[in-house]
Amino acid sequence: MLELKNVSFIVPGDSGGKKEIVKDVSLVVEDGKLVVITGPNGGGKSTLAKLIMGVEKPTSGRIFFNGEDITDLSVTDRAKKGVSFAFQQPVKFKGLKVIDLLRIASGKHLSVGDACVYLSSVGLCARDYIDRELNSSLSGGELKRIEIAEILSRSTKLSIFDEPEAGIDLWSFNNLIKVFEDMRRNVRDGSIIIISHQERILNVADEIVVIGGGRVERKGSKEEILPTLLGSASVSNFCTGAGNKEGV
Amino acid sequence: MKFDEIQLRLLDEIASLHEVPEGAYNIRSDSQAIGRRSTEHIVITPKKDVSGIDIEILPGTKNESVHIPVVLTKSGLKEVVYNDFYVGEGADVLIVAGCGIDNCGAADSEHDGVHRFFLKKGAKVRYVEKHYGSGSGKGKRILNPVTEAYLDEGAEMTMEMVQIKGVDDTERKTVASLKAGAKLVVRERLMTHDKQNAISTYEVVLDGEDSSADVVSRSVARDDSFQKFDAKIVGNAPCYGHTECDSIIMDRGRILAVPGLQANHVDAALMHEAAIGKIAGEQLVKLMTLGLTAEEAEEQIINGFLR
Repeated sequence: MLELKNVSFIVPGDSGGKKEIVKDVSLVVEDGKLVVITGPNGGGKSTLAKLIMGVEKPTSGRIFFNGEDITDLSVTDRAKKGVSFAFQQPVKFKGLKVIDLLRIASGKHLSVGDACVYLSSVGLCARDYIDRELNSSLSGGELKRIEIAEILSRSTKLSIFDEPEAGIDLWSFNNLIKVFEDMRRNVRDGSIIIISHQERILNVADEIVVIGGGRVERKGSKEEILPTLLGSASVSNFCTGAGNKEGV
Repeated sequence: MKFDEIQLRLLDEIASLHEVPEGAYNIRSDSQAIGRRSTEHIVITPKKDVSGIDIEILPGTKNESVHIPVVLTKSGLKEVVYNDFYVGEGADVLIVAGCGIDNCGAADSEHDGVHRFFLKKGAKVRYVEKHYGSGSGKGKRILNPVTEAYLDEGAEMTMEMVQIKGVDDTERKTVASLKAGAKLVVRERLMTHDKQNAISTYEVVLDGEDSSADVVSRSVARDDSFQKFDAKIVGNAPCYGHTECDSIIMDRGRILAVPGLQANHVDAALMHEAAIGKIAGEQLVKLMTLGLTAEEAEEQIINGFLR
């Protein structure tokens, strides 16, 4: 279970002022739940995800994971405790191969066969990719799917996906929904947080949190929140909103 | 032939050898040939006027290898060795060279190997050269290799040059000239640490039509080390040449990349790329989100980069 208590993230703004990216956010993500965080661009969603992973440190407030205060823990320590994070824009590496990243992610010497299972589940023909370098020769969509495969191979208690649909084509998107539905079914003693604008991803959520202006605007069950979002600017249908990318 | 512990360790580092290799070989230790074997198609003969060997690879020799590792285990040893490779028409062979120096003494140890390759028509060579230094002595471990390659029509040569650890000073000079349809591929991997200096100079002359050269260096300079990569390609015909220097800089390391392209023909297509920078913070963070510490992440990134 993840709990955020009064978490704020304030950075120095223009002309000596302060800019509040995340303001006093309190949130509980219970085990067995898939929570989708949505809201307008620039509302603080990605920053919130980075605060949970430890990539950024809150300027105030505390973060608890399975009852333990992890606010002061490093990224590495949080990862070891079972937090995973799929970047919105996957990082490239010269020389490191897909199989290397999957092995690092899983923390064991994965066999090629095992690695292939993860790649196949994100719609990649594993044999074509396993020895590819994670460099610019891969398209944005390919890198994104490999990023998601890494998270699957970790099977941690908390998995955070930052806009997993960005840059993914329609066919892969259908697969992606299936991946999240499968994860949702198997999640039981862990939880999943997905940052997304996509209606179909919102549809697989147990709970939806709407973040705007750095604050929690609304939160509740999918049944409660989704109808209030449909047709609003913060949700897009995949066919019209494909390729929706947001700056971090 | 029996190896002692230091010889074995050095041979393992530079040529992955744990015993006498298959095929032709010449193993040199502390200025003495301690083992040599010619085969039916590959003849090794010692030079008479200077230190070194002639390696003659008969035309049409396929899937054979030559190992010519050199180890220095005594402090204060300095040597210059001349090895000439004559590769016959249509031959296709693997040549594994390399030098390992273990210096526990106060005096400098130095091996300067001059390798010349003469590739006849359509000959193919894969040349692998690893350099390694070890030992706790104050004496330096110095390697100054000179490599010359002369490629006849349609000949192809791939050079893999690796120097990862322990060599204090190195000045590598590589020159090549290529006739029509010949192809040269160079993959250099270099890591310097402490106060090491490494200079690598290339001059590749593309004389023949449709000849090509691809010279790529990936390097890491850490601690107080210095590297210079100076790659020049001259195009005298319709040809293709590409050089690339891709470097990671750490600590107080310094790197100088000097591009050099000279086109003497209107259809010479020459290109140079160079990038020097520290490890990207986002790469470290990414691997840390997978559970590695910052140090482990750094190691993975460098190992991958220098692979």
